Amino acid sequence: MAKERTNILVCAGTGCLASESEKVAKNLELIVRARGYSDEVKIVKTGCFGFCEQGPIVKIEPDNIFYVRVGPKDAKDIVDEQIVKGRKVERLLFKESEKDKVVDKHEEMSFYKKQLRIALKNCGLINPEDIYEYIALGGYEALGKVLISMTRNEVINEVKESGLRGRGGGGFPTGLKWGITKEQDSEVKFMVCNADEGDPGAFMDRSILEGDPHSVLEAMAIGGYAIGADKGLIYIRAEYPLAIARLNIALKQARELGLLGENIFGTDFSFDIDIKLGAGAFVCGEETALLNSCEGQRGEPNFKPPFPAEEGYWGHPTCVNNVETLANIPAIINRGGKWFSSIGTEKSSGTKVFALAGKVNNVGLVEVPMGITLREIIFDIGGGIPNGKKFKAVQTGGPSGGVITEKDLDTPIDYDSLIAKGSMMGSGGMIVMDEDDNMVNIAKFYLEFTMDEACGKCGPGRIGTIRIYELLKKITSGNATMADLDAIKQLCYMVKDSSLCGLCQTAPNPVISTMKHFWNEYLDFIKDVDHPQGEGKYAAKNKIQKQA
Amino acid sequence: MTKPQSISVTAPVNEDLPKEKFDELEGFIDEMETTKGALIAILHKAQSIFGYLPRDVQLFVARKLGIPGAEVFGVVSFYSYFTTKPRGKHTISVCMGTACFVRGADKIIEGLKEKLNVESNEITEDGLFTLKDVRCIGACGLAPVVMVDDKVFGRVKENELDDIIEKYRS
Repeated sequence: MAKERTNILVCAGTGCLASESEKVAKNLELIVRARGYSDEVKIVKTGCFGFCEQGPIVKIEPDNIFYVRVGPKDAKDIVDEQIVKGRKVERLLFKESEKDKVVDKHEEMSFYKKQLRIALKNCGLINPEDIYEYIALGGYEALGKVLISMTRNEVINEVKESGLRGRGGGGFPTGLKWGITKEQDSEVKFMVCNADEGDPGAFMDRSILEGDPHSVLEAMAIGGYAIGADKGLIYIRAEYPLAIARLNIALKQARELGLLGENIFGTDFSFDIDIKLGAGAFVCGEETALLNSCEGQRGEPNFKPPFPAEEGYWGHPTCVNNVETLANIPAIINRGGKWFSSIGTEKSSGTKVFALAGKVNNVGLVEVPMGITLREIIFDIGGGIPNGKKFKAVQTGGPSGGVITEKDLDTPIDYDSLIAKGSMMGSGGMIVMDEDDNMVNIAKFYLEFTMDEACGKCGPGRIGTIRIYELLKKITSGNATMADLDAIKQLCYMVKDSSLCGLCQTAPNPVISTMKHFWNEYLDFIKDVDHPQGEGKYAAKNKIQKQA
Repeated sequence: MTKPQSISVTAPVNEDLPKEKFDELEGFIDEMETTKGALIAILHKAQSIFGYLPRDVQLFVARKLGIPGAEVFGVVSFYSYFTTKPRGKHTISVCMGTACFVRGADKIIEGLKEKLNVESNEITEDGLFTLKDVRCIGACGLAPVVMVDDKVFGRVKENELDDIIEKYRS
């Protein structure tokens, strides 16, 4: 990258910043200067390395040494030992818990071994606030190639061939979406990036925007060229101040170099991007709700059709793509759709980023090829369950998904297999639960979330989610009967079938799937004559009355 | 919504809502190229100026843009980021994302509610703290997470809550 002999990469993602990585970088800077190495050693603040459990992370290039859990006080040792004397600081190296052997190169860690990074390829490698580092690694090459040597149809066909599907959760083929938007007969079209990552426990979009914002800008320009739009919008949560700041820096730099604006690469293609701030509403991740929010209104979804590709932002054809989807585009253009489709499974090509969290040893962001099994993700990459506890279930797809249990851990995962197992890909949140977690409580937690976030436009969503939550509360308080279990089941299917948009159509999923796999845990709460362990209806009734 | 210059609005100035702040907001709106679709951006600005969005500020924005107050209130009440109540000197946010929940965030927020004697989204009697439950701040590796203003406390245990609160009492 630069002329310095050594780069010290310090993770400046939100997770590591929360554990004082800013101070680590500052101390490194001060000590390097004090020792007189400022000309030879450069401190680079990068985006997320993904291994958030072990943050803050510091990596030494080109020696390729990976330090974990570095505190501000460790800066002195890193400089004095590693930089001055060329010795590793043993106590800061990573230890695989089971073997207790230190591992100094990240490629050798089981956390990274099975990963394949396409969307995250620059995260933790470049300084996201410096466009030249992005360009040095082939950035904006794809945009140049597209504008100078490809027709709009060729671009769309390349994306179609790659088999890329929407990474926000729906899994709609991206090439097809671009094609439909291109076919619309309209002077004005819009390219919109959906960065309203609302799934609690998923943070891949934020990490991409914080770690590699230019990849998204470049992809939006490519998409704009393909569909015939000269204006782009990024709709991002106001809760992501760091990502917003880095996007603004990236936009400014791209404009200065003429990579956004009028006549890009000397062609007659012009494209620019605006940022729109969200204000905290989960439903705004739904594309029609997102566009309403972009227009400054309440973020309520509309009935589809018309799809945004036909009538979107202010009624113009609009293509809405998720951040992670877009981050794959430059690689697809550079290396070809065929290359991309050779990764993953037949119907779901490429990789998927998962945010692995909950009761798992290695919490963090992992990018893996489609078709990997959940067991590999949780036990090989994630390092298994902490404190020797037993694995119980994993929730994928956030509040819209369901739980997957031990018996399905060996299913290769892609969009279709997860739906077949009663869950969904969703945006890629993956919450691991151990034997201590009560599944009825988990279902209640998700329903409380969707109840809060339901926008109120349609009856099933507004009233149904509250009724389901009330029944779950009744169950967990021990006052429910079998009749309540029947009622909740019925209600779940009613809400699923009759809600207006995806948020509430999928809201009952956590209840349905926990009922399917953990029926006994529901029964444990029921005091009813039909239940073999129950105390009998009469006794239960008296007990409840006494309590009340 | 149209270009607003033609509309002159008297600001409902009082003790808590000084004229300078209304002037700043008015200047921001007047400088916009177009106010079409800009309501959320204006409310963001208003909240950053006033700290919250009381009725008078909402009405001021509505008149300025020439739209019904109900429309402004509709947007303010829809989004959880906007608040109509003043905030305490410090905001304590407890992450209630799923990752934090399975690692015990529910006990943390219950503990804080008891210690501060407030419900969530309420302000303490002395005006020092507002307690908030927030959806995932994305530091899942540090779960459970409590954030006081901009400072993040990770891997919080129940018996550490007093220390955290005390730090901001003095």
